[in-house]
Amino acid sequence: MNINLKKLNFSRRTFIKNFLALAGVSSIGTALTSCSRKSSKNIKIGLMLPYTGTYAKLGKAIENGFKMALAKNGELDPESIDFYQVDDESNPAKAVDNANKLIVKDKVDILIGTVHSGVVMGMLKIARNSDALMLIPNAGAGAATGSQCAKNIFRTSFTNWQPTYPLGKILMEKGHKKAIFITWKYAAGSEARAGFEEGYIKFGGELINTLYVPFPNVEFQALLTKISAVKPDAVVCFFAGGGAVKFVKDYAASGLKDKIPLFGSGFLTEGVLPAQGAAAEGLMTTLHYADSLQNETNKSFRTKYYEKYGKLADVYAVQGYDTGLVLSQSLNKVDGDFKDRSGMIRAIEGMSVDSPRGQWTMSKAHNPIQNIYLRQVINNDNKVLKTAWDALEDPATGCGLI
Amino acid sequence: MPMMTVSHDMDFVTFAIQLLNAVQYGFLLFLVASGLTLIFGIMGVINLSHGSFYMIGAYLAWSLTDLSGNFWIAVICAFAISVILGLFLEKYLFSYLYRVDHLRQVLMTYGLILVIDSLRSLIWGDDVHGVEIPSIFNGTIQITETLSYPIYRIALSAICLLIALGLYILIGKTKLGMTIRAGSFDREMTQALGINITILYRLVFSFGIALAAFAGMIAAPVSSVFPGMGDQILIVSFIVVVIGGIGSLKGAMLAAMLIGLVDTFGKVVEVRVGTLSLLPELSGVSLYLLMAIVLIWRPQGIFGGK
Repeated sequence: MNINLKKLNFSRRTFIKNFLALAGVSSIGTALTSCSRKSSKNIKIGLMLPYTGTYAKLGKAIENGFKMALAKNGELDPESIDFYQVDDESNPAKAVDNANKLIVKDKVDILIGTVHSGVVMGMLKIARNSDALMLIPNAGAGAATGSQCAKNIFRTSFTNWQPTYPLGKILMEKGHKKAIFITWKYAAGSEARAGFEEGYIKFGGELINTLYVPFPNVEFQALLTKISAVKPDAVVCFFAGGGAVKFVKDYAASGLKDKIPLFGSGFLTEGVLPAQGAAAEGLMTTLHYADSLQNETNKSFRTKYYEKYGKLADVYAVQGYDTGLVLSQSLNKVDGDFKDRSGMIRAIEGMSVDSPRGQWTMSKAHNPIQNIYLRQVINNDNKVLKTAWDALEDPATGCGLI
Repeated sequence: MPMMTVSHDMDFVTFAIQLLNAVQYGFLLFLVASGLTLIFGIMGVINLSHGSFYMIGAYLAWSLTDLSGNFWIAVICAFAISVILGLFLEKYLFSYLYRVDHLRQVLMTYGLILVIDSLRSLIWGDDVHGVEIPSIFNGTIQITETLSYPIYRIALSAICLLIALGLYILIGKTKLGMTIRAGSFDREMTQALGINITILYRLVFSFGIALAAFAGMIAAPVSSVFPGMGDQILIVSFIVVVIGGIGSLKGAMLAAMLIGLVDTFGKVVEVRVGTLSLLPELSGVSLYLLMAIVLIWRPQGIFGGK
């Protein structure tokens, strides 16, 4: 489109001056660096992560953890890796194009990504039909290791089903026989709900109602009023980020917190505790990790991460770290021959990973079989009360690999 | 033809509380949308970045509360900063938009959303934050056995109501309001009558921006402060402005209340077609459905002229 600036009622210079001043500032944050020296002997790793937008922090934590794991084991000389970075912007509409760029144009051997489930579903379409090895460091969409599972696709994080499945048992132990589930109306929320419902019914509970809020709406007041009228024994929720902060604060402000206990998938209190403040105190959640886990691997991981990056490690850094461990262990098995894709896949299947979250093993559907911990917010920290479920495996419904 | 039924499990008290929720949400929407409708109606500028100023307000309230330790001092400073920001932006960006078509306005203000978002990321980072409720309003009223209502939410509605009244008097009853209205009808003629329309527009614009920022500030304690919070409010604000009629404060108030009602009851009233429950699906589209119905009935909005 040809825009004639003269037709506008101001001088071209003023416009350009003003515009560039603003554009210049805005691009600083999004500029990405790419490795300049590329060699055909080097292993090519594509990092397709969110570097801008709401999930920017998560993307960075995953990358930090991943690179830390590669450096730690020393099997990979950092000089022998070519990194290709793409900002996926958490935009599912661009997922296929971005994955295509990395796999077809850059011909990466390993594709790492990403945080957003919708973007992962787009990446799968490309990765499934390539011989690149894809490692998912966060997105919990069940299909990636369920109906859409493939031999070259692995996940090192969780399925949305996993953290909430053990909650049913916990609620019944505490005598809460009737519960309401509340979440955003989107895929992750529905999958978390399904996990909870399956576990809850199995242990004799009754899910009397599911309340949905359109994503990413954060107006909860109407539904809180409804909860107070229905008076269930407990409320279980799945929210994250800004919505998690607002929901927890609204729940406490409405006085419900002292009357009807609130439980949730652990993402409710990950990375947002300072913002939630006193409103989160006492909340119980289940997740595959907690900052306060008392095992030696976690302690040394957290210390080293802080020394290296000057930030506290979180669950996303752990998932990135484990992605790096899986990659370096599998490369070890094939003596560094990264072209031996089937050898690497065989190495990862059934692999045992000594993770900061505790030992876990890779399932036949390529998802971690891992412990889920019951945590409680005590003094603004997620303290581990106990292991809610030992070695929980996702049912991986519809996966042809099992 | 399957039977369509509407069911709910509300007693009178619950219904009354839901009504309170709706009105309270409506007031907040009005506060954000009033600035948008002023700028749109009086100056003819579609400002897509309006929601970004809501976000700026919330971040300012959070960071200044952190610095000063007092929410009200933070709000006063943040309000001053937003007014200055508005004056600056009008002079160097928006004043170029008055005579160009809407497409260019949309392009520039959309660009501004991206710029503001990146600046926010550079200055404040991408974390989620919370603001403590100021101590004088930090209590609750026990309404039912299980539910209590935060006093701050009621105070919030009172503040919004005061501002709505103030705006009504300012635009409708004062000399300044008269010149503003005159300026929106005929820019050249008003100028010919010796009124400095440039300054007038600059004031209206910065005031409109400051209203959005102010809404973000006072909503911060009951909301949370997070990247992207402006995008959500922007869409609803536009619906309010379009339903109410562009430029009409009365319309914005009515539309904000309508949307408060539809949004609140849309989430809790169950609509069934045969055995299929439409509740969650319907709550997502109810606002747009309302907008579509109003626009079929009155394309110019409820109180829109021409």
